[in-house]
Amino acid sequence: MSEQINDREIDRSKMEITDEIAIHISDMNKWFGNFHVLRDINLEVKRGERIVVCGPSGSGKSTLIRCINRLEEHQKGNITVDGTELTTDLKNIDKIRSEVGMVFQHFNLFPHLTTLENCTLAPIWVRETPQKEAEEIAMEMLKKVKIPEQAHKYPGQLSGGQQQRVAIARSLCMKPRIMLFDEPTSALDPEMIKEVLDTMIELAEEGMTMICVTHEMGFARQVANRVIFMDEGQIVEQNEPVEFFNNPKSDRTKLFLSQILGH
Amino acid sequence: MSSVDFPVEKFRFGMLLSDTRYRSTSLQVITFIFFVAGVFWLVDNTVKNLALLDKDISFSFLWMRAGYDINQRLIPYTNDSTHATAALVGILNTLLVAFLGCIIATIVGVFVGILRLSKNWIISKLMSVYIEGFRNVPVLLWIVIVFALLTEFTPQPRAFKGEDPEASMILFDSIAITNRGTYLPSPQWGSGSIWLILVFLVSLLGIIIFLRYAKNIQKNTGRNLPVLWVSLGIFFVPTILFYFILGSPVTLEYPELKGFNFKDGIHIRNSLTALTLALSFYTSAFIGEIVRSGIMAISKGQTEAASALGLRPNKVMSLIVLPQALRVIVPPMISQYLNLTKNSSLAIAVGYMDVRGTLGGITLNQTGREMESMVLLMGFYLAISLLISSVINYFNRSFQLVGK
Amino acid sequence: MSKLAYVREREIPQSAPPITEVGIIKWLRENLFSSWLNSILTVLSLYFIFILLKDFIPWAYGAHWTTGSIRECYDVNPNVACFSVLTARWKQLLFGFYPPEEYWRPTLTFCLLILSIIPVLFPRFIRYFWFSLLYPGLAIWLLWGGSIWSVAIIYIGLGLGFLFFVIVSSGLIKSASVRLLAACLFTIIFFIFLANPLAEILSSLIPIYLPYVESLKFGGFTLSLIVGVTGIVASFPLGIVLALGRQSDLPLVKMICVGFIEFIRGVPLITLLFVASVLLNYFLPPGTNFDIVLRVIIMVTLFSAAYMAEVIRGGLAGLPVGQHEASAALGLTYWQSQRLIIMPQALKISIPGIVNTFIGLFKDTTLVSIISLMDPVGLASLIRADSKWNGIYWELYIAVGLMFFIVCYGMSKYSQYLETKLKTDN
Repeated sequence: MSEQINDREIDRSKMEITDEIAIHISDMNKWFGNFHVLRDINLEVKRGERIVVCGPSGSGKSTLIRCINRLEEHQKGNITVDGTELTTDLKNIDKIRSEVGMVFQHFNLFPHLTTLENCTLAPIWVRETPQKEAEEIAMEMLKKVKIPEQAHKYPGQLSGGQQQRVAIARSLCMKPRIMLFDEPTSALDPEMIKEVLDTMIELAEEGMTMICVTHEMGFARQVANRVIFMDEGQIVEQNEPVEFFNNPKSDRTKLFLSQILGH
Repeated sequence: MSSVDFPVEKFRFGMLLSDTRYRSTSLQVITFIFFVAGVFWLVDNTVKNLALLDKDISFSFLWMRAGYDINQRLIPYTNDSTHATAALVGILNTLLVAFLGCIIATIVGVFVGILRLSKNWIISKLMSVYIEGFRNVPVLLWIVIVFALLTEFTPQPRAFKGEDPEASMILFDSIAITNRGTYLPSPQWGSGSIWLILVFLVSLLGIIIFLRYAKNIQKNTGRNLPVLWVSLGIFFVPTILFYFILGSPVTLEYPELKGFNFKDGIHIRNSLTALTLALSFYTSAFIGEIVRSGIMAISKGQTEAASALGLRPNKVMSLIVLPQALRVIVPPMISQYLNLTKNSSLAIAVGYMDVRGTLGGITLNQTGREMESMVLLMGFYLAISLLISSVINYFNRSFQLVGK
Repeated sequence: MSKLAYVREREIPQSAPPITEVGIIKWLRENLFSSWLNSILTVLSLYFIFILLKDFIPWAYGAHWTTGSIRECYDVNPNVACFSVLTARWKQLLFGFYPPEEYWRPTLTFCLLILSIIPVLFPRFIRYFWFSLLYPGLAIWLLWGGSIWSVAIIYIGLGLGFLFFVIVSSGLIKSASVRLLAACLFTIIFFIFLANPLAEILSSLIPIYLPYVESLKFGGFTLSLIVGVTGIVASFPLGIVLALGRQSDLPLVKMICVGFIEFIRGVPLITLLFVASVLLNYFLPPGTNFDIVLRVIIMVTLFSAAYMAEVIRGGLAGLPVGQHEASAALGLTYWQSQRLIIMPQALKISIPGIVNTFIGLFKDTTLVSIISLMDPVGLASLIRADSKWNGIYWELYIAVGLMFFIVCYGMSKYSQYLETKLKTDN
């Protein structure tokens, strides 16, 4: 069965969810100083799931996904990614980071390197891939995000949408099994949002496990299999998208939805 | 139907300033008149004053006998040499201080700047005290203080004498720090030392070749060779090995106390040491700040993206942060080099004969050629600063980040 | 409801972080002992600080303050500081060779200085700005002495020129530039021909005198402040004019400004001071003899203005291009848009650079010791040459260094305060 987002056909049948557990978070708590930013988070993500996390600003949604690849440290509780527990052990952190890719709101491309060099940097220095092989992988990924011709341009010469797609390709070059998106389209002009969302939909159709913090509710409705609403550091409500948008149970969810879907 | 004619305005005097067609020319003409009038007035005064004092403008004094001694010099000079030679001695002295000072200032400054960024609170605060302390006290005061330290805090050469001397040399009895200066051992090049130098140069070449080789290996197979350790090994091992094989061709002549003074060895006067150290530490505080703000200018997102890709912190620093930070750090750092060179003109405060002490000092006073000497002196500094500015511009142009 | 569905029933309140995560233990853990390397560094630096203080505190604490000479200090106790040199000579360090019975004059000038700065630094008191304008004349008269009219005449002349400008504006000539030119001409003619006679007439009618003190008697911290403050105040507007000229569309103006700025920035200040003391007399009509302090102030001002111009140029470059266009679209003239729109924003951006230039200028006032003016550094050498204090150095240099440190560090702290204050204004 397929639905449409804008004018693109989405094939949900391709998005399979297995029983394998990709991420397991139990009783996770985080403080920034005295501020209790994440409270008793319990979350299980199966391989192939596409999860959208939404909520008002300051609710801790970005902090949550940044804890998964250790850009932020949690103080209490347990995070396990692909069977490896996330502790202070550097070996575990390295292992997890090579399985998890991240796309940032402000792209964070390396301005002094070309697009191709941005993509081959990690394979060469982390995985010790020979240059030629790394470049082949990079071109393959750039083709996937539909901008192979920009390979030798510098980030400063690309538009915002192109830069974000390069950022996605850069993460894909490490062949991650999980992709984290931290508000990937929030810094883009409206006409460029579509091209980035299209790329993300293709990834979903290929079975990628993704957690996406975003305000794009259309995307959530059409692509996600689970929508999580967070407020004040806690998971308040989660459900399948249809139920979530049409039938929010908690009052806070209702308030939030009315604010962003109102107009 | 009559056509509409655009009205043609008659020319009014006030239009010279209010009409955009004439305004810029009028303003420039007025500026030109004032400027030329000002210059003419200055030149006229100068000519009148010179005539009153029976002086003329001529540079022939440069070829006359100088008649004074300079106690520190890098080229041969006696008091029979010309004023031009004296000026050259001064220039070389200035450049010596500037060169040494810039090197020391850079090393210390980078060290201080990086430590200032440390997460260790004590270290960071200590560095902050260092930076603020040096930056907020005038450099002339620092020069005077360091010089006073070296001349009053150190023992006389006499104190090193006798069975149970008051003072002793440091570093295995090789360096003596006295109030007359510092005495270092000087290297004596014996036979065979030319081979040693050749071996050293070959080892440098070896490092370059190895670096190329390592890069190639990484390109083709991805393997990361331990470049740092191997390079250090190539740098030290062959030279040290051949030093012993050749039978120690290079020896050191140690300074020895003969009579009331040290003889032999290299004698570095306290004025040079004081000037160089004071200028270096003063400038290092500024360089430390420049390094710190350069590294902090690289947005946090860059380190986060690199870490998320799995790069370790040392690789993040060398591949991502430093290349970008250097673009921001290098131009102001080169400006500081220029400042250091200009500050070296304070040498007269400790009696060091830099170009201002010779050309702009004794030569000027003895020959009475104030105008000419000052013109030459300022010309020298202008030449250096133009040179350094063009280096900065060249750097900026070639390493600019490519944008749209 | 699918098995995915979940709604939170119970709120989790804020709770305090675990004990190891907060407070002094966490702070120690993260900042001082986060790794082996860090722990070693911490221990080393604590040891280093200990060694420094171990010798310094006893030396400074039990110091002599009242002995008469360095010999006496050593005789009583050679292991402590001899701060008596400061007790004996603090007046000289502050005032130089100024006649002691007139010390009230520099002191009053300094207090009035603080009062006159307040309307400038803290906009709440802007209505007292007239005092800040009057202050320079008052300060000159208080410090150098002579008849009050020789200073007041300058204000009278400027006031008359301004009056002329206003009268002329009311009717005849429309263009602002022509009116300005006419007023300037009038003022110049007044000063050349009428000023001196008028001053003398007024002096004989209403004599108000202070004993004259010549410039060579000025010294110590007073001299540093005079040169520094005048240099700062005068170089700021000059720097703005130079920066605007450097950016100008008129090629001749731009060339002159660029040439001047690059020349000044290319040579050390000491050479310019040398020009002031030796060469400046050549450039002026034969027979004029400028006061040495005035010559030094002129050179220091020109020097600082060139650096200030570069800083302000950076600030101007940091402005969004749209500002010039918007103000032109509103119909503002060049000078109006500069005064109301461009300059306020450019100056706000350049505050750190401007204050840095001020700090540099104040430190550079020590260079006058090389042309034999008695600033604190020069005085220190002089005091050390005195037989009573021969051989003293730490105590004297600490005092002078501390004086400069307090002023310069204070200025940089003020600049940080200003930056944060103006940021929140946005």
